[in-house]
Order: sequence, then C-alpha cells, then structure tokens
Amino acid sequence: MSTTASNTNASGGGAGRSRGPAPAGERLADWADGRLGIYSLAKSNMRKIFPDHWSFMLGEVCLYSFIIIILTGVYLTLFFHPSMNEVVYHGSYVPLQGQMMSEAFNSTLHISFEVRGGLLIRQIHHWAALIFLAGMFVHMMRVFFTGAFRKPREVNWLFGFLLFVLGMFTGFTGYSLPDDLLSGTGVRFMEGAILSVPIVGTYLSFFLFGGQFPGHDFVARFYSIHILLLPGIMLGLLVAHLILVFYHKHTQFAGPGKTNNNVVGMPLLPVYMAKAGGFFFLVFGVIAAIAAIAQINPIWAIGPYRPDQVSTGAQPDWYMGFSEGLIRVMPGWEINFWGHTLVLGVFIPLIIFPLVLVAIAVYPFIEAWVTGDRREHHILDRPRNAPTRTAFGAAWISWYFVLLIGGGNDLWATHFHLSINAITWFVRVAFFVVPVITFVVTKRICLGLQRRDKDKVLHGRESGIIKRLPHGEFIEVHEPLSQEQLYTLTAHEQYEPVELGPTVDENGVERKVKGSQKLRAKLSNAYYGEDNQIQKPTVEEYREITSGHGHH
Amino acid sequence: MKKLSARRRHPLAAVVVLLLALAATGGLYTAFAPASKAKADDTAQSLTIEEGKKLYEVGCASCHGTGGQGTTDGPSLVGVGAAAVDFQVGTGRMPAQQPGAQVPRKKVIYNQAQIDQLAAYIASLGAGPAVPTKNQYSPEGADVAKGGELFRTNCAQCHNFTGKGGALTHGKFAPELTGVSPKHIYEAMQTGPQNMPSFPDTTMTEKNKKDIIAYLNAVNGDETENPGGLELGGLGPVSEGLFAWIFGLGALIAVAVWVAARTAKAKKS
Amino acid sequence: MSSQDIPEENLPAEQAAEHGHGAVSLADEKHPFADPGLPPHEHRIQDVDERAAKRSERTVALLFTISMLATIGFIASYVAIPHDKSIFVFPLGHINALNFALGITLGVALFAIGAGAVHWARTLMSDAEVADERHPIEASPEVRAKVHSDFKQGAKESAIGRRKLIRNTMFGALTLVPLSGVMLLRDLGPLPHNSLRHTLWAKGKRLVNMNTNLPLRPEDVAVGSLTFAKPDGLEETNEDFQEQIAKAALMIVRLQPENIKDKRELDWSHQGIVAYSKICTHVGCPISLYEQQTHHVLCPCHQSTFDLSDGARVIFGPAGHALPQLRIGVDSEGYLQALGDFEEPVGPAFWERG
Repeated sequence: MSTTASNTNASGGGAGRSRGPAPAGERLADWADGRLGIYSLAKSNMRKIFPDHWSFMLGEVCLYSFIIIILTGVYLTLFFHPSMNEVVYHGSYVPLQGQMMSEAFNSTLHISFEVRGGLLIRQIHHWAALIFLAGMFVHMMRVFFTGAFRKPREVNWLFGFLLFVLGMFTGFTGYSLPDDLLSGTGVRFMEGAILSVPIVGTYLSFFLFGGQFPGHDFVARFYSIHILLLPGIMLGLLVAHLILVFYHKHTQFAGPGKTNNNVVGMPLLPVYMAKAGGFFFLVFGVIAAIAAIAQINPIWAIGPYRPDQVSTGAQPDWYMGFSEGLIRVMPGWEINFWGHTLVLGVFIPLIIFPLVLVAIAVYPFIEAWVTGDRREHHILDRPRNAPTRTAFGAAWISWYFVLLIGGGNDLWATHFHLSINAITWFVRVAFFVVPVITFVVTKRICLGLQRRDKDKVLHGRESGIIKRLPHGEFIEVHEPLSQEQLYTLTAHEQYEPVELGPTVDENGVERKVKGSQKLRAKLSNAYYGEDNQIQKPTVEEYREITSGHGHH
Repeated sequence: MKKLSARRRHPLAAVVVLLLALAATGGLYTAFAPASKAKADDTAQSLTIEEGKKLYEVGCASCHGTGGQGTTDGPSLVGVGAAAVDFQVGTGRMPAQQPGAQVPRKKVIYNQAQIDQLAAYIASLGAGPAVPTKNQYSPEGADVAKGGELFRTNCAQCHNFTGKGGALTHGKFAPELTGVSPKHIYEAMQTGPQNMPSFPDTTMTEKNKKDIIAYLNAVNGDETENPGGLELGGLGPVSEGLFAWIFGLGALIAVAVWVAARTAKAKKS
Repeated sequence: MSSQDIPEENLPAEQAAEHGHGAVSLADEKHPFADPGLPPHEHRIQDVDERAAKRSERTVALLFTISMLATIGFIASYVAIPHDKSIFVFPLGHINALNFALGITLGVALFAIGAGAVHWARTLMSDAEVADERHPIEASPEVRAKVHSDFKQGAKESAIGRRKLIRNTMFGALTLVPLSGVMLLRDLGPLPHNSLRHTLWAKGKRLVNMNTNLPLRPEDVAVGSLTFAKPDGLEETNEDFQEQIAKAALMIVRLQPENIKDKRELDWSHQGIVAYSKICTHVGCPISLYEQQTHHVLCPCHQSTFDLSDGARVIFGPAGHALPQLRIGVDSEGYLQALGDFEEPVGPAFWERG
C-alpha cells in the first residue's frame, strides 16, 4: 500500500509519480483511479465552469427537493402499511376513536400522532412534493422562454418534460395512499374517468381496482407504483438529464466576453461545490421550516374514505388542478347508440389532458422546423427577442392558469362572492379566448421592448437630466450606452423569413410546392416577418445618428 | 439616499411607487372610514307576545306581512316555530338588508330578550320547533367520533370537512361554521334555514345532533389544535398549493437570487 | 476569450492586465457593437481588506456553529418534549410542540450549513470569472465515416441482411415474447360481467337511516329535510361494505306531490318521498348538496346540478344523464321499502351502459 507508485505504474496510469509516500487521501484516489478511471473523469469536470444566474438554480431546486422526497419517503415506508384491511381506530386522536378505517389510514394517523417527528417528515415529504412540481414548472418555463431547448438540448428538454409528467403521477399516487376521504374522492374520479374510455374502460377499471371500486387492492398497487416504478424511472431520467447538462455545458446569457463557443462563470471546485452543495442544505432547511409552521394534508380532519361521504372543496394537489378544471367546465355530453354509451363529457377532458402537456413538449421541434436552423445554440435569448415564442409560451401559461381557476371554481366563488355557475361559464369562454388575447398582447409587449432596446442603442439611455437650450427649448439629455451594453443589446441573432421562391421555374413550368413547405413559409413569416420582429439597429443607423450629434 | 436616487431610474421604480401609494391610500381609508353604526336598541323589556308583535310590525312585517302570512318579499312564518326565529334573528340574518342569492350572517341588532319576544310571537302564529334547551345542544357527554361520521355523511358535502363552508349554485353558499354557537347550530339542523335542508329529530335524533355539535367543537373550536402548524384556512389542496408556490418556491427563489448574486465590490460606493 | 482556463486566486496585477488588453480591442468606427471582452476583474472588500476577510471567516464559522447548536436542540427536543404536547404560537395557533420544535431546529441546522457554505463561496473563494471553451458535439467527419463503416462491416459479418429467414423469425420471436407479460396481467381483476348494473337493492329491502341505523317510516321524512339511507342488512363491518355502499347509497327527500313535475318520478315516489342514488352520474362523487327551496342538488366535486323535482335531470355541469331513481313503497309494518333494484346502472357512465 505504501508503494502505490509501482502499482500505478504497472497498471499503466500515473506514470512519473515515484516520489515518497503520498498522503492517505491521494493514495485512496490513486487506488480508485486504477480501477474506475476517476482521474480522466475529474480532469474535464472538476473545474467545470458554471455561469451565475439565479434562474439557473431552479433546476437545482427540483433536484434537491427530489432528493428530500426520496429521503423522507424511505423513512415513511418504515411505518406505513399499504393495506386496505378495515380496522377500528384506537390511537390518540380522539375525534376518530372507534371509527372503521383502512390500515393505510390507520398507519398514517400513527405516523402523524405517535411516531415522534413522523408528522414533520410527512409534512416535509408533501411540501417538498408540491415544491418539486412547482420548481419543475418554473424551470421548464425558464428553459422555454430563453430558448435553452434549442439544439443540442432538445433531448434534455424531453427528459425534463417526462420528469414533470411522471412527477405528476407519482404525486397523485402518493396523495392517494393514506386512503382518506379527500384522496379517495380523487381516486373515485379516476375510476369514473377510466370507465369513460370507449370499449375497454370497464375492463381497465376492474383490472386496476381488482374488481369493483374501491375494492381492496388499489392502495397496495399504488404503493408499488409510487415508491418503486415511477421514482425508479424518474431517477434514471434524472441521471440522464444531469449527465447531459454536464456534457452540453450550461447555457449563458449574452454579454461581454460571452460567446457561443465558450461558457463564462465559476469553476465547480470550489465555488460551485460550495454554492450548489450549500444550496441543497438551504432548500432542505427552508422546506423543513415550512413543514414546521404550515400544516399540509391533515388527514385526521379529513377522515377515512367511504364512497358515500364527501366534502365540498374536493380538489387534487395543484399540479393536477388543470385537469380538474378541464373536467369541471366540460359540458355533459353523452351519446348513446346501439346499446353503448360514449361518455364525451368525461372522455374529451381525458383526451385534452395530455394534449395540454404535449402542446408545450413538442414546441422545440416545431420551432426547429420553422427556422431550419441546424447550428448549436448556447447563448440564451432574451424573451423579448423571440416575440412569437414568448407569446406562445405566455398563451400556454394563461391557458394552464385558466384551467387552474376552473379547478378551484368553488373556492373562488365563496371567497370572492361570485356565482359558481358564472365562473364555470367564464372558464368555458376563457379556455378559447384568453390564450389568444395573451398571445397578441405578449407579442406586442415584446415588440415594444425590442423597439425600446433599439432606441436605447441608437439614442442612449434617458439620463433624467433636463437641459434648457439657448432658445428656450427643454430637452432630456440622453447618455450613450457603454460598450458592454451596446454589445449585449445587439448580440442576438435575427432570422429572415423563409422564401418559397418563384412558383414558376425559368422555363415557365409550374413548380410544385408541397403543402408542408407552404405552411413552413407561412409560419416563418409569422415568426420573423416584417411586423413580427423589430430589426435590430445596424451599424449604419448607429453611425448616422451618432456622427450627426443627433440628440434632437 | 445616494442609493435611492441611483435606483430612481430603475424600470421597476414606477411600480414600487405605485404600490406604496396604493398601500398608503388603503391604509388611510381604513383608518378614517366611518365605523359601522352600532344600533343599540334598548326599548322596554317585556316577555309578552304583545311586545314581540310590536317588534315584528316594525322590523319584519314589511317583508313577511302583517300577520306573518308572507309576501312576495318574504316567506310565510306561520309554523316555522320559535327555533327558526331564534336562529335567523340571533345570527343577524334577519332582518335582511338587501335581496340577493342568500342572506348572510351579520351583526345582531336585537338583544336576546327581544329575540325571545319575537320568537314567542311567531310561535303563537302556528306550532313549530321550540328553541332548544342547553341540555339538548350542550356538547358534554357526546360521542365526538360518531359526530364526525355523522358530519361527514350529512354536513361536510356543503360545509367542508371541518365546517369551513363551501359554494352552492348561483352565488349561494353554505356558511362557515367557525364561531357559531352550539344553540344556533342545533336550530339550523332542526329548522333548515334558507336553502339548507332540515334534519328533524325523526331522522337525526337529538343525540345525533349533540354528537355533531361536539365534533364541530373539537375540530373547529377556539382551542382546536392544528398539530402541523398553520391551518391555511382548512380548505385543502388549493390553499396548500398557493402556499407552496408563494412561500415555498418564493422563499427558494429568494435564496437562489442571493446564492447567484455578485458579492459587493470594493470600489463601488 | 482571452481569459485563462486556470484562475489564479487573487492576482490583481495580472488579472487586470489580462482583461485590459481584451478591452482595448473594442469599438472602432467600423464595429460600434463589437464585443468588448470580459470586463476586468474587480476586487471584493474581502480581497483587499484582510479584516473584512476575517469577518467573513467568523460569520461562516458562526453559521456552522449555529447549525451544531440547532442539531443539539433537535435531539434535546426529541427527548424532552412529549409527542402530544400542544402549545399556542402566535400567529400559527394551537400546534403540536414537538413538530414545531423539531422542524424549526432541523430547518435552522440545515439552513445554517447552506448559508455558511454559500457565504464562504461568495466572500472568500475566488470570484474571478473564467471562460471555458466549448467543443462541437457532432463528431468529426472522419469519426463519423469510421463508425458508419464499422457498423456496415458488423452488419455484413452477421449476415442479417442476407439470411432473411433468420431475421424474420428473430423479429417474430421478439415481438411475441412480451405477450406473456401482458397475459400475466389478466388476473389483476375479475371481468366486469354485469356487476355495475346491480346493487343490493331488491324488492322488499327496507330503507335504513344512515344516522340511526333504523328503518325509516314515511312519517319520519319531513318536507325540506334530507336523509341518507342504505339497504337493510348492509353494515359497516361487512367485508364488501365499501363496494356495496359505493353503489347503493341513497338520498331521500320529500317534496309536495304537486311540486313534482316528472310523472314517472311521482309514480315511483311514496307520498312525495323520492329516493335517488347518492352517486353522481358524472364520475361517482357522493352528490348531496341539496338546496331545499330550489330542489336542486349539486355535486361538490364538479358542480353537476340536478333538479330533484323534475326526474333529477341535469340542469348544469358535466354530468351526462339524470340520477337514477329507486322505486319505493311501504311494507306491511309501515316501513319504507324498495320495490326493486335501480332500473339503470348507478354512478358514472361506461361503454356497455347503453
């Protein structure tokens, strides 16, 4: 052991290191390198550069809350009994004494009231789950609005999207495990939704529940899905997601010294080791404090599940809220024919539910097709510089939020003294109208901001200093921008709209233009046509104005 | 001050100023707005039906008719019983202020003696449920857990798991049960005010009602413990989701901004 | 740009020189928007003032110490505070003392570690920005050609293109083998048959009040009241209670017979007493928000609204059809009884419902 030099030399690595005995840590590293090749890995990664921006830490919020969820989840499995056997409650919570309940519910009460710290871990687990999903949503939007999904990161966008969707279902199955009255109502809804599937719905429902609803199986089945199947897939995707982040190197905003061929920031060791490592503790600390001060999912107040009982305000956790909105505002269409029933009132929302998500997931591929751009992009767009994309994203978010409002219509009704029927009608109309309005308005705002940027570049920034000219006119003095600002505001690229070219070739023969080509040209014009982006200032424009001393 | 003037030109400065101005205006308004007038009405005390009739003619007859037979503005009161009067007037719902989807609970304007007089008068118009005695509604000796089961079967669908209230059709609502006295809860179950169905003793025994009151007292009383911390309105996932977004993710983003921010430089002021 | 791969810690002169000449190459008349390069590194207070650096060091150490104390506090709380002790904390209300103490100490212990590490990184570690070169992800044309030719070589050596029989049977085998896995899922549950069409209700079954567990008489049910009933003999302790009550739960109200608009509803009622399924026809929530003045009943889950005075038809919301009504009458002893099962399936609609 003390003469590692000869060993490493024999294995072909670490040549030329035959000085005296190395420190223990170094020897351990040498040992590992000889077997795992860690030095070549560390060479490219130990001093890896990460750029500093708060929005680049949103992904870390998700990563860390996921780790917190796994840690606390493992603890909860030590006490939770995934069984639907009916037992009589004899624990310490008085208002449920002697009630019949499933063992799952009973053991959740046990965790909450008798296991010391059990309630805290349960609340951390649940709060972290809500924050995990919220973090993924915001992280995804950050990536979307800055165009970070462009080549070479499309695959990672899909991994992230899958993580979000799987996170929703992992959350839903976990929420259903305590078998309380609220989650049971959610599972009942799920059964109704499955029953609405044409032809196979009834069979699917009987297979999932092991017979008639609620049966005695679903908690155990959801348990294995919740703690093994879905988190397992998610863990794999997560690792792949992170490997790709390392491999692609992080994107950065345009700025002095930052180009498409470099990444400017601080090295992983030591700065990001400390910042990112520290951030894990910060996230965990914040969530633990939240779990100490705010109660979540008080199943004892909700009561055990019985299919003939219900409470008003029956909603799923927030990430399923948009599907709740879909189902609440859908008109009750039902078609009967030849002895069969097509339950459109439930089946249509069930179809739209994935479409809402897919709409945002496929966007990068649509944009790539429209631009036809095959280069790598590592410089992020400012949202205003991609008005159509930004408008689409804003429209999607507004759509999502309209549905969230629909999902909570009863609470908006009671808390803002509105009619629940009026809110439902509002959502029915807004589902179609609000995204369009948001699209138009956002695009206009983006174009306005582009114009302002152009104005700033050409005329300088408003200094707030009012000057009186000799002939009595008042003007505001504009200060020219610094070189850094000039560069930053003009660094973005602008695409030209695709031209279809003449439809008749030089011999006068009509050239066939494919429908898809026409569509692409149309879309391209909608993205990059004259009215859809503001041409950034050119050198000529700048020189004309500055050389003429043209400050009004 | 130097810092302040430097940030004056910040794009968000206008927003901040606007918010401050709005907050100031709102604060001033609440400070100086006329306080709602306390209408202490101390007329003479008498327990007779005659006194009740007098009160009725002043306060109620315009909607419910001179003999309690009802008009287009208010239902007939014949046979509703003293319990209904005690509930409606005792919770301030009656006299109603304005027509609407539902008459809300508000400040009580009669004292208990006057309410008793009114109740006595209405009870004299036709037989109906009497005002319950303390013995009937007091939660002592009741089965809290049974009350919980009964509450979830009969009440939670409108009033929420622990009586936080909920929405009904066209702007109507099932009110929050926080701070409602046991007597009024008992009377509401017995008489079915407004759109609430009644739960008469024939289908929900006195003992059942007592259990329900005891359960409410346990889960929605002044001393009710929320072991996990802030109750967040007891409304379930919607308020939890809002909290997670605003305070959970909000706090984490604030932390992220600090982690990623540049440290102060030596030369800058 | 011109910055190095390896940042030297605190090398003011060199750093400034480095970036200085980057900035020299800036805007001339021809390129007014040229990239000025990375700005020169500016020093933090801690870089130039050793006392400030010491202060930072002490702050970081203090944060780590706070964390240690908080962990000790966590252990002390765990041991000392009884698990059922309640305390009043403004503005949180009456809360569990142990949960609060454990959560706050754990939160502080973790947060202080994080805050210490980040403060350390922000104030004492080098904050010089470094640029790393990116390399194209696509392989060079030579590598690409090599991989393609290797693959072709391999494919050729396997002869998969030539020996079509092998290829086709292999694909066949690989396609079929997952079917075994699908087959194994068959026993997840029984087939539905017609179990969704039947409930426990049958001719002569008495309606038992959910509150009192006693059979109901017509005179018990007052106009404007709301009662829930289950079939006689179904007890909470039964093995299949949940499955049965999920279909059999009943909602009983009494209307003035002249207020009943639907003729069949009147026929199936007893003296204005009507019995409807409590299970919503939308997705199966127990619907029961009965408004006694309007006779509307609202579902708390998705706001389907039914008019109980008009055959329980849907007047708002996503439900597709009326609530099923149970035909009731009175038996020889004067108790309310069912006159048969529901004539249509209760609860959410399904493909075979028809």
